[in-house]
Amino acid sequence: MPLTERLRTVFADALQLPPGTDVDQLKYRDIEQWDSLGHMTLVAAIEDEFGVQLDTDQVIDLSSFKVAADMLRDAGVDE
Amino acid sequence: MTVFTLTQPEREARLLPELAELTEHHRAHSPEYARLLAALGHGPGTAYDTVADLPWLPVRLFKHHELRSIPAGDVFKVLTSSGTTGDVSRIYLDRDAAALQQRMLSVTMQTVIGAKRLPMLLVDTVSLFKNRSSFSARGAGVLGMMNFGRDHVFVLDEHDQPDLDAVKGFLAKHGDQPFLIFGFTFMAWQFLYELARDNGLDLSNGILIHSGGWKKLADRAVDNDEFRRRFAADTGLRRIHNFYGMVEQIGLTFLEGPDGGGLYCPDFSDVIVRDPHTWEPVPHGTPGVVEVISTLPRSYPGHVLLTEDRGVIHGVDDGAWPGKRFSILGRLPRAEARGCSDTFSEAKA
Repeated sequence: MPLTERLRTVFADALQLPPGTDVDQLKYRDIEQWDSLGHMTLVAAIEDEFGVQLDTDQVIDLSSFKVAADMLRDAGVDE
Repeated sequence: MTVFTLTQPEREARLLPELAELTEHHRAHSPEYARLLAALGHGPGTAYDTVADLPWLPVRLFKHHELRSIPAGDVFKVLTSSGTTGDVSRIYLDRDAAALQQRMLSVTMQTVIGAKRLPMLLVDTVSLFKNRSSFSARGAGVLGMMNFGRDHVFVLDEHDQPDLDAVKGFLAKHGDQPFLIFGFTFMAWQFLYELARDNGLDLSNGILIHSGGWKKLADRAVDNDEFRRRFAADTGLRRIHNFYGMVEQIGLTFLEGPDGGGLYCPDFSDVIVRDPHTWEPVPHGTPGVVEVISTLPRSYPGHVLLTEDRGVIHGVDDGAWPGKRFSILGRLPRAEARGCSDTFSEAKA
């Protein structure tokens, strides 16, 4: 499955997004599920799914779906 | 990367122009602050020779005045303090300010933790986040620290009881490599130290970050030195860093050095201790009222604040890190704390 497709699923599951949410445009604190607590769940889910370890700066910078996708590409995750 | 590099003369030289600029910035963007300055006799363009000459605001003012230097529409986050009297401080951040405070907290902590997120033991309870929409200031503090860790395990179960199995499980999995521990000071003592001592747990690879004051430990005769000594002797834990910070200067954490010996100021900050009667800075070694200084606050005029805490400066450029080395001695007595802002009101009148 392509990276963005996998990442959409991770976001939807971790943040319990209602069907039809425009995941690709999502930004931190846009919705109530993506608060600082949701962020912890999301980071752990991303690390599990893609087998990466994000460092502290990345966790802090991960402020949107787009940023997360770029971060994973930079980490060498296949498209 | 570290933010504990500037000697006191270097710090003074760097901070003074930045703080003077911030004072003008806030005067221009916060009418409320401009009024307060005018009442204090600090008119526009006042020249300052030292950081200690800059006008300070008592932290209490953030409870009664809407002090912000950004338009209402740019407010991204409003932080509130935990108020014992029902009054809470309100601190206004725009997106830039929120990002900056997070980044500076992070570089400060990374000085002692490193860039990698370590497995993390939280000396708190799982039920902290039960009510998601309104968790306490304690919950917010714990959450802020969770960014620095991974594979988080809580020491207390949902009934606030120490969960020995959970801690043992954590140590079996992660105890042979560096791991992170965070907790409020009295909880770290009461729930982790005692649990580890009584069960012979090995915490020697831990890095403990803790904050919150010693008042609740006074009846056990535990102060900072005793805390460090007994953790080291009974659990092997030696990497311990106390810190001091407040919501009114979010992003700034004064951090205890590697060998104890007091709290140190990150490069973008400083501390002054004042006599509560004359308001002059006291000689080092003399207790007084703590003033905290930070170049971070741009969205609200919180760059120079008089706290309601008592403290003492132990030395300057004589410790593990450069700059001032100080301790917090506790809260000011209530009347005296009120006095701080009364003096201010008199100056205004």
